[in-house]
Amino acid sequence: MDATTALQISGLRKHFDTTGAKPPAVDGMNLTIKGGEFYALLGPNGAGKTTTLRMVAGLLQPDAGAISIFGTDALADPITAKSKVAWVSDEPMIYDKLTPYEYLEFVSGLWGVDASIAETRARDLIDWLGLTTHANQRCGGFSKGQRQKVALAGALVHEPQLIILDEPLTGLDAGSARQVKDVLLAKVAAGTTVIMTTHILEVAERMAERIGVIAKGRLIAEGTFDELRGRSANASTTLEEVFLELVEEGQEEDLAA
Amino acid sequence: MSLTLDTTPVQPAKRRSAPGSLTWFAAHESRLIWRDFASMVTGGKPTRMVAAGVVITAFVVGMHLLSLHLLGPLVGQGLSATAPVLLALTGTMVLFFSLMFSQAIESVTRAYYARSDLDLILSSPAPSHRLFQVRTSVLTVQTIMLSLLIATPMLNALVMLDGAHWLAGYGVLMALGALATCAAVGVTLALFKLVGPGRTRLIAQIVAAIVGAGFIIALQAAGIMLGQGVSRMGVWMAPETLANAPGLKSVVWMPARAAMGEASAWIVTILSAAAILAVTIHTSARRFAKDVLATSGLETVEKPTRVFAGFSRTRSMAAHLRHKEWKLLARDPWLISQTLQQILYLIPPAFLLYLNAKDGAALYYVVVPVVVMAAGQLAGGLSWISISGEDAHELIITAPVKPAAILLAKVQAVLAIIATVLAPFLLWLTFASPRAAFFLALGGALSAGSAVLIQLWFRSQANRSLFRRRQVSSKAATICEALVSILWAAGAGLAILNVYVGLIPAALALIVLSFARFMRPR
Repeated sequence: MDATTALQISGLRKHFDTTGAKPPAVDGMNLTIKGGEFYALLGPNGAGKTTTLRMVAGLLQPDAGAISIFGTDALADPITAKSKVAWVSDEPMIYDKLTPYEYLEFVSGLWGVDASIAETRARDLIDWLGLTTHANQRCGGFSKGQRQKVALAGALVHEPQLIILDEPLTGLDAGSARQVKDVLLAKVAAGTTVIMTTHILEVAERMAERIGVIAKGRLIAEGTFDELRGRSANASTTLEEVFLELVEEGQEEDLAA
Repeated sequence: MSLTLDTTPVQPAKRRSAPGSLTWFAAHESRLIWRDFASMVTGGKPTRMVAAGVVITAFVVGMHLLSLHLLGPLVGQGLSATAPVLLALTGTMVLFFSLMFSQAIESVTRAYYARSDLDLILSSPAPSHRLFQVRTSVLTVQTIMLSLLIATPMLNALVMLDGAHWLAGYGVLMALGALATCAAVGVTLALFKLVGPGRTRLIAQIVAAIVGAGFIIALQAAGIMLGQGVSRMGVWMAPETLANAPGLKSVVWMPARAAMGEASAWIVTILSAAAILAVTIHTSARRFAKDVLATSGLETVEKPTRVFAGFSRTRSMAAHLRHKEWKLLARDPWLISQTLQQILYLIPPAFLLYLNAKDGAALYYVVVPVVVMAAGQLAGGLSWISISGEDAHELIITAPVKPAAILLAKVQAVLAIIATVLAPFLLWLTFASPRAAFFLALGGALSAGSAVLIQLWFRSQANRSLFRRRQVSSKAATICEALVSILWAAGAGLAILNVYVGLIPAALALIVLSFARFMRPR
């Protein structure tokens, strides 16, 4: 693995059903993502996207395999690995009884960010994400979009090298979605690596440098949009059509096996 | 590929009520309630239903035997409508009414302001007032069922010991349940007018908690003052109460006479309750439909906090975690009321012990066990909130901090609150009786520490709003926590007299603690 590799996953496996009656959620996943890359992970429901990313974020323990984050073995040294990562899920992880400023102060404390630096960053993020008028209100009354923005600010306040987002745009209005996308693109431009799962294929097509397609717990295709499109018989096809073709191929291969 | 449509006519399975009708809503509500009950009893495992059935049957049989044993000597040669009997019966009914009212007000606020299906129903073309009519009726039935569960053994024992005329008591119990629900509906609607939609739910739930605990405590305290001991019935048996009771012909005794089978009193009681219930259901349904629409979206409105002064420059990671726990707790009055309710019940026995203390030294034997037990109960509740009720669980797990360090900081936050509660008692005892102060400190630390350990062993991720159901989610943890608190309290109290005697309950506490560790989910 070279120094610019942000994430390397090899032979990752997770089986929730201990009886073995059901197939594993993640079945020998191999994935490499370069530093500073915007990577979109696509797949049908239950393909293993979220399970994979939850293992990377330290929320789930894999049954087998290895995860390396910027050269740190995430399973052997989870604390160092976690200090480089931020996790944002589709359900914002915030406290209803704290204000955005208080929340960001708490997150900064958890990640051990110097208070004066964290405060400056927090003020910038609050302003950047359009939360200034709500900055001193408790989050309990916030809309889904506002909550997601607070969670995103929490993910950015400790300046992670790798941001993992699981369906971050679910339920957001066009304006909020646009703000979140702009923030992510700016972060990638500044050198941060972003991995995002999404069911909105247009977002993956427009934002991601590379796209990975997962089905049945395995990576079945990977590349730029043009590379993926090259695999299709129709050169002017959309990502949606490519995605559906790839998933169908994967299912046929499984049936043949 | 071609599609072929299956044109076989669908056979009507069975006759169902017309959608949107009262019976249709009633069937919908009944199904939800049954599934909720089954899930609570079985913990999601249907095989536990048989075990639950056995436990419930054993409980019912046991309660019948206990009732026969307790009521046997009281009934003696038979009960007649004398002043002491009417007073005791009325007192029991008032007690039941307060419990039913507390239960009903909690259910009303949950059913009308917190049910997740309200948006669906209010947005549908079905007449929503019918749902509210059904919901109030169902709440009445639920309230009655709860009181039947408690009162049936006593009523059956009275039927067996004194005659079938006591069967009339079931009707009176149902009337009380109906009236308690009506009162709860009335209070909720009044609160809506008085404090507005945003706070109705919270205040109603606090009222429910205070009425539930407060009435029993007040009865016990009054009983103790009148020299009748800690029994909830003590106050009704006191000569002072009997001397000031109304005459036998008074209308106050009508429900008691009805319960004893007096036909005219029974008919008046039942018809009055039925009429009040019908009027309440009819008039409240449309009001609730309006109120629920008004509360929609308001329930999460939070008041503004003072302008943020800046990040703390001196706080460590652990300090951030502790500070967060204290801040969240301080900003949640409902959670505070629920937590404090657990220790309210300790006030009457403490008061009784205090009155019985013959000299100054005896007072310490009273204060120490009560405070030690309170420390355990409080620590159990707060640990659950802090450890299991973590609202941003994933944020904490993904932070670059060792899980043990996070748990330690949360435990410190809990123990700091316990220490603050214990401090005034310790300060007083340090000057009054250093020996008692030492055992209070030791017992309090062990009791709180044990409760925290049990919560750590049985921790499971849950929302803070489910605090009240924590005792249902793990009965083993709840029982062990209570037992250990009692045993440490007994150990501390006895150790003031004799250290070796105090070691006996202490050893038992350690055995229970080991049992809890053995029973912990792995």
